[in-house]
Amino acid sequence: MQVTRRQFFKICAAGAGGSSLAVLGFAPDEALAEVREFKLARATETRNTCPYCSVGCGLLMYSLGDKAKNAHAEIIHIEGDPDHPVNRGTLCPKGAGLLDFVHSPNRLKYPEYRAPGSKEWQRISWDDAFSRIAKLMKADRDANFEATNKDGATVNRWLTTGMLAASASSNETGYLTHKVARSLGMLAFDNQARV
Amino acid sequence: MTNHWVDIKNTDLVLIMGGNAAEAHPCGFKWVTEAKAHRKARLIVVDPRFTRSAAVSDFYAPIRAGSDIAFLAGIINYLLSNDKIHHEYVNSYTDFSFLVNDAYTFENGLFSGYNAEKRNYDKSTWGYQIGEDGFAKTDPTLQHPRCVYQLMKAHYSRYTPDMVSTICGTPKEAFLKVCQMIAETSAPNKTMTIMYALGWTQHSQGSQMIRTGAMVQLLLGNIGVAGGGMNALRGHSNIQGLTDLGLLSNLLPGYMTLPGEKELDYATYIDKRATKPLRPGQLSYWQNYGKFHVSTMKAWFGDAATVENNWCFDWLPKLDKPHDILQVFEDMNNGQVNGYVCQGFNPLASAPCKVKVSGAMAKLKFLVTIDPLATETSEFWQNHGEYNDVDPAKIQTEVFRLPSTCFAEEDGSLVNSGRWLQWHWKGTEPPGDAKSDQEILAGIFLKIRDLYKKDGGAFPDPVLNLTWKHKIPAFPSPEELAKEFSGKALRDVTDPKDPTKVLVKAGEQINGFAELRDDGSTACGCWIFAGAWSEKGNLMARRDNSDPFGIGQTLNWAFAWPANRRILYNRASCDPAGKPYDPTRKLIAWDAGVGKWTGSDIPDFKPDSAPEEGMNPFIMNPEGVARFFAVDKMNDGPFPEHYEPFESPLAANPMSPNNPVARACPAARVFKGDWETFGKPDKFPFVATTYRLTEHFHYWTKHVKSSAIIQPEQFVEIGEELAKEKGIDSGDHVRVKSNRGFIVAVAVVTKRLMSLTVGGKKTHTVGIPIHWGFLGVAKNGYLTNTLTPFVGDANTQTPEFKAFLVDVEKV
Amino acid sequence: MALQSLDITARSATTTPSPSARGEAVKVAKLIDISKCIGCKACQVACMQWNDLRDEVGTNVGVYDNPRDLTDQSWTVMRFSEVEVEAGRLEWLIRKDGCMHCADPGCLKACPAPGAIVQYANGIVDFHEENCIGCGYCITGCPFNIPRISKKDNKAYKCTLCSDRVAVGLEPACVKICPTGAIVFGSKDDMIHHAEGRIEDLKERGYSKAALYDPPGVGGTHVMYVLQHGDQPELYANLPKDPHISPLVGLWKGITKPLMSFGVGLAVFAGFFHYVTAGPKKVEDEEEAKS
Repeated sequence: MQVTRRQFFKICAAGAGGSSLAVLGFAPDEALAEVREFKLARATETRNTCPYCSVGCGLLMYSLGDKAKNAHAEIIHIEGDPDHPVNRGTLCPKGAGLLDFVHSPNRLKYPEYRAPGSKEWQRISWDDAFSRIAKLMKADRDANFEATNKDGATVNRWLTTGMLAASASSNETGYLTHKVARSLGMLAFDNQARV
Repeated sequence: MTNHWVDIKNTDLVLIMGGNAAEAHPCGFKWVTEAKAHRKARLIVVDPRFTRSAAVSDFYAPIRAGSDIAFLAGIINYLLSNDKIHHEYVNSYTDFSFLVNDAYTFENGLFSGYNAEKRNYDKSTWGYQIGEDGFAKTDPTLQHPRCVYQLMKAHYSRYTPDMVSTICGTPKEAFLKVCQMIAETSAPNKTMTIMYALGWTQHSQGSQMIRTGAMVQLLLGNIGVAGGGMNALRGHSNIQGLTDLGLLSNLLPGYMTLPGEKELDYATYIDKRATKPLRPGQLSYWQNYGKFHVSTMKAWFGDAATVENNWCFDWLPKLDKPHDILQVFEDMNNGQVNGYVCQGFNPLASAPCKVKVSGAMAKLKFLVTIDPLATETSEFWQNHGEYNDVDPAKIQTEVFRLPSTCFAEEDGSLVNSGRWLQWHWKGTEPPGDAKSDQEILAGIFLKIRDLYKKDGGAFPDPVLNLTWKHKIPAFPSPEELAKEFSGKALRDVTDPKDPTKVLVKAGEQINGFAELRDDGSTACGCWIFAGAWSEKGNLMARRDNSDPFGIGQTLNWAFAWPANRRILYNRASCDPAGKPYDPTRKLIAWDAGVGKWTGSDIPDFKPDSAPEEGMNPFIMNPEGVARFFAVDKMNDGPFPEHYEPFESPLAANPMSPNNPVARACPAARVFKGDWETFGKPDKFPFVATTYRLTEHFHYWTKHVKSSAIIQPEQFVEIGEELAKEKGIDSGDHVRVKSNRGFIVAVAVVTKRLMSLTVGGKKTHTVGIPIHWGFLGVAKNGYLTNTLTPFVGDANTQTPEFKAFLVDVEKV
Repeated sequence: MALQSLDITARSATTTPSPSARGEAVKVAKLIDISKCIGCKACQVACMQWNDLRDEVGTNVGVYDNPRDLTDQSWTVMRFSEVEVEAGRLEWLIRKDGCMHCADPGCLKACPAPGAIVQYANGIVDFHEENCIGCGYCITGCPFNIPRISKKDNKAYKCTLCSDRVAVGLEPACVKICPTGAIVFGSKDDMIHHAEGRIEDLKERGYSKAALYDPPGVGGTHVMYVLQHGDQPELYANLPKDPHISPLVGLWKGITKPLMSFGVGLAVFAGFFHYVTAGPKKVEDEEEAKS
């Protein structure tokens, strides 16, 4: 083998680095020979289901705190549930990164309102949001509800307001959504089955 | 899925077509690798792109986007002409022998009954010949020229290997190789599974592509068996559940349907749906429709639903036309919609033809979005430069953006594609003031109800009487809601054979839909979910993963609908005498000793009907058998036929070259004004197809740092040959244009997109992933649906995202 | 915390022999079956999640590989290669790149900082950054070009084989996450046995040259690959066919010590310079590549 000038220099440097740095007082502390602490040792484990695709992988969510009154649980890690018959502990890259979804900087925190023609959001209270939306919906329903069609048949429908339901929401949400939408007479009602 | 994820490990052959399981469902795809490892199963991938699934396949065949029916029809022709079918299965369990109405015809690309002006069919000739006894006529010898077998053979004989190759661009040898591999599974002890997803559904012919796949499986005897089936992989985590719960414009829970505006008589409404058997001795399970319907109305309207008011039948809105998402945006664009609520839904990104959707939303008076994340829809009015170039001052829509919880912050159940209802538990509080979807719905609904109580208004009865028996009205709990859809007895429910025997006491949760009644004594919000929460507790939360039969059935894990059954049509896994075709993969078998069907699954059958009684396995069909001939169930024909995508490189449909009406699907709905938005191959010569990447989920994960790191920026995929023609190198920026707009993205030049010869012409494909937008932590980009056409499947109105035309240029 | 399997058998720049009275620990290994890899990058995300790493959101330069290369924040990356080994038959070979945990680790041998690199009795080669001086010699020593110096703290980082998980009896994060079971973990003996089964399966499917990659030039590795084309490892984004520790590292033990006695003045200065500035310069790598 050939050793170039530069390599020779490096070899010397490396050789000296080990011993001579110590001489100069740059020696690190004695090697502790320890691995990183296991970060989940006392975390609380909660079972959940991945919200992305429809494989329905089981998750283990690890949170800080033991559910004591004064502890605010913060999810610190998410892994696959090894007991789950389908995923058996595995996850895809999206499932593997669910922590970053939970903690996304774009998670919404407050109800917001945008006035007609405005360029910006303004923060509003939940009560204001609910009241205003309810008024708008009722006014539209009262104005446009079709109790009968042109032939005089009872149709009891409301076509001028529609709803798209979330296909990642739970059955419980979906069931309640359906009840509410149909009781109002909505037909312009769909979910993500198509898109 | 007719089967479920783990069951895929029981297969001998996997066909991935119209999907990309490795990319979009990696953890489910694991069971493909298990079948390969432990059963020496083979994997075939048929796709316009050499996908991640193809990367681990045993055989890959390229296909032009949008030509899948031709490919599958070619397989049907191969199986029939080479006698590679499961004879006993098709003869006994399908409509092979059924005689079809003499007036049914198929000529020059059109079925009988076509109305060119309305672009739809009068389906009255698409039926069986009915005998004087009221039953469908059959010819078990299969010789009758009008039997389904003979008609089908003739219909598909036109799809020769050469024709398939012409239409699909698949090299003939590759097509034949796929046929040969598939044909092997016609043996009774061999099976194939088909895994598909939006690659089949998102076409103007999507439903028929899936039907053609199902027909292949029926010919091979692969439906109802372990390791077989038609397996829709499904997109969202609870798209299965929301569809099961009927959250579509025309549905009620459990695949019941809303009445049309001509169905005003309650008895007729029920009778039409409670179908009587079409053959002697068949179960025709939908005969129980009335029990399911009344129980739902009791769950929704409680004491207000009475026999006297037909269980509030008048309160249900009556359909004038379909109100799917495309129709609603069409109406919105025409100024007929004032308000819209988007709950966890981002239509600006996910609906076709962004310019139309954006313009439509600007005509709304108010828009409400409910989401854990900031969606493009919620900011459709905001200027985001080149990616959303609008003038807020001109948009008069009031917009509300309501923050909801995400999965980690709520309890509840989701249904996976294998129909498992799985419960999950809350692990933390939501950020800021975000609320659960139930609280948000309650918040809006209770305010509306209060207004109606106080001020009255249009038809307040259903609003005022909607059951809302929640301990905290403003927070309907997931437990309460789950019990409500699972169902309970309002009065004692007794055994019909022995009225002294009480099956469920008043007030108790029911065990299953067999206990539902149409006399108002039971309430059940979704009959197919019945029993999910019984007196035994919340079965959806079960976590026993033991697998005593070793074929992955895990019956005590969660709850599968219907009735905890894991594999649908499982009676068909046995021969007519009740013996499993493959005892090593036994699902159920007739146990003469106990007089019951027993095994590793819940029988999808009348549990005590002995084989000699002659009941057939497809109990939801009044015929008792599976249908090759769809009768009147499809809008675009009883047999699937290849039509070109609305935007296609071919000027004519090679199957009926002289009939311009039969170029694209003749029964697909096209709105006025949208014809002009379709591009032609002279200006837009390349076939485009959109898809997801494994690193991202729709338009959510651009908000997720880890996904942004591993796939940061919008790109399109271009084959080497086209790139060379256009002088494009990998990493260059390119503009991709359709007749509806353009996007700019990085070019990934790849060998994985091959040029194909279609109709004698060289055809290039441009691949366009969907995940970018103008909000997120990933690099901002254009919404891909800027490019896509505003036309959907003739049956489901699913947009044609998978095959349209574009041009590409270097920028 | 230091469990029996994590007894240290070798320590960088340390002449004191490691304790060796205890019995042999089970050697662990991670086996990456490239024929089952779909390149989903779940392992990349699992790695960043477990180890609390987040790389920059980069750009797309016309390939699927992202991040483009290993960094102090990306200890494993997928490398995608489109090849036609047989004319007309496209293959998309996707290799998970990262530390191979060599039985004879060049990084450890090259490292001048006492205890910055250790090898546990179970075979894991781990960096202890608190001892790292950021000189970059581990990179020179590594036949697989794995370690990276962080710009944040000027210390070298690489895959630990999740030593903190293995220490408490868990598998590494990338292994657990892998959807298709392309990554498996266990004793090295079991992994070799598992690989034999996979190779047999691949041969039956027409990959006559399928083989295990456990290169003897570095004493074998605790991260092994099953390759469909075992005769052409270079197809897999230039996986070295016959990796050896750079001869320069051999010098460290041989020539360097005698040299030190007279070269120390110059070398101390150079070493110090390296310590306070960033890691290795690109020009050095290029020069080595030529030699």
